Amino acid sequence: MTTIVTDNCQRCRFTDCVTVCPVACFHYDDEMLYIDPDVCIDCSACIPECPVQAIYEGDDIPADKEHWITINAERAPTLPVCDEKMDPLPGAEERKTELGF
Amino acid sequence: MSQLGTTDNPLHIAIIGSGPSGFYATEALIKSGLAVKIDMLERLPAPFGLVRNGVAPDHQKLKQAIQLYDKIAEAEQFNFLGNVTFGRDVTVDDLRETHHAVIFTCGAESDRKLGVPGEDLSGSYTATEFVGWYNGHPDYRDREFDLSHEVAVIIGQGNVAADVSRILAKTVDELKHTDIAQHALDRLAESKIREIHVIGRRGPAQAKFTPKELREFGELADCDPIVKPEDLVLNAASQTELEDKANVANQKIFQLFKEFSERPPSGKNRRCHFRFLLSPVALAGDGKLQKVTFEKNVLSGEPMNQSARGAGEKFEMEAGILFRSIGYRGVPLPGLPFDDKRGVLPNTDGRLTDNGAVIPGLYTAGWIKRGPTGIIGTNRADSVATIEALLADVPKLDNQPKTGGQGLLHLLKGRNVRYVTYQEWKKIDAREIELGKAKGKPREKFTYVNEMLEIIN
Repeated sequence: MTTIVTDNCQRCRFTDCVTVCPVACFHYDDEMLYIDPDVCIDCSACIPECPVQAIYEGDDIPADKEHWITINAERAPTLPVCDEKMDPLPGAEERKTELGF
Repeated sequence: MSQLGTTDNPLHIAIIGSGPSGFYATEALIKSGLAVKIDMLERLPAPFGLVRNGVAPDHQKLKQAIQLYDKIAEAEQFNFLGNVTFGRDVTVDDLRETHHAVIFTCGAESDRKLGVPGEDLSGSYTATEFVGWYNGHPDYRDREFDLSHEVAVIIGQGNVAADVSRILAKTVDELKHTDIAQHALDRLAESKIREIHVIGRRGPAQAKFTPKELREFGELADCDPIVKPEDLVLNAASQTELEDKANVANQKIFQLFKEFSERPPSGKNRRCHFRFLLSPVALAGDGKLQKVTFEKNVLSGEPMNQSARGAGEKFEMEAGILFRSIGYRGVPLPGLPFDDKRGVLPNTDGRLTDNGAVIPGLYTAGWIKRGPTGIIGTNRADSVATIEALLADVPKLDNQPKTGGQGLLHLLKGRNVRYVTYQEWKKIDAREIELGKAKGKPREKFTYVNEMLEIIN
């Protein structure tokens, strides 16, 4: 079972998800957030928090997003932890509208 | 006088309750950067609240949250005092003497009642006690559950109802390598239950399960999930609810119910029936539960705001076991006001209030603050919010230096209270893990307080 952040997070990085993560498993770079699969406990608290539905878990990961499993696993451990809400990236609201939310 | 929150005058905080909300409050206080000393009181010798005693034994991964709490507990600002009961061993007035502020994170120990005749018949149980029992909570160790009936009814369609149903549906093989309490496993091995009915007051589009929990009913070794296709016909408002792009969880839940309705039963020994738009109106039997009377409900109202009410038509179901699982409920704390309607400590943004007026120095977080909603991580944001309020209040708190943990220990020793330190908990913890190894279980829990104290005395 894995929970992963996927492409809708790019150019948004709202970070609403981190406020409800019980184990602080989100990591960040300039683009987006990533989940460390070794720390994540698959509790699903983050999934409904994302304003752009960027997070998927286990059986619900669509085939065209499966490559994000590796990206999250590889990127997260190399990046700093994000455990506090940060300001979204510039243009996040526009991106959210673009995505239909 | 030194400013409060500096090394010369550290902020002494007492936290009552050692579940997730208590630990997230601790974490937020430490991250504040102020000089702070935290004394966490817990009435059991073992910490971690519902993560230890509530999360189901077959959901071990969720219990890994404890690793974070363990790490927080290593902070030199943190001190744990187990086996100390607020109200009995130490009062709010005592803590006002020793600490600058007190945060109540003691959760919701009791349960909401159905309020129907026969609710207290033998055979009618609460999810709260059943969950506590199979998780080895000392308060429920000696409860008896008569599982020698074929039909069990669970009232409620949230994740706790899912846990109760799933544990009843699982085989011994599916449970024997979890940390389920041994006495519970022994009793479940004798279970004669064949039909489990999980009853929702509203419709399939409103069920409160999270998708992951509901999906598990399709993956059980010896139990088929049953949903009648005709029960999935939705009213217009429910259809609108499911078309809302933001309503992802309910869409997934409905899709799962649909899949279950299309699966032919595979001849397994047990069946778990998901039933909707029903409310129990009476329990009856000769000295013990023998039948449940249900009333059919109709939904009315706007999408996302529909309510259920009885439509008159009733029927009876024979059942020897009923669990109500319609919400945990907080209990009043000695010396504090209580919001009886909601079952919480009256508060605004986590500051305790009495008839609307803020009580200085008293705070709350978690289920006793906002009611029994959300999952483990929900409490993190909630505790952070309470600590933000507390930190904003620091300039207004009585800034006289306090004795904090030292003063508290002095009090407890004087009252002959056998408090348990975190190091002592770790000894109990290690012994549980050791005992579990022999049986291929993550741990074998001690289920009596005196068993735990024997390890450390």
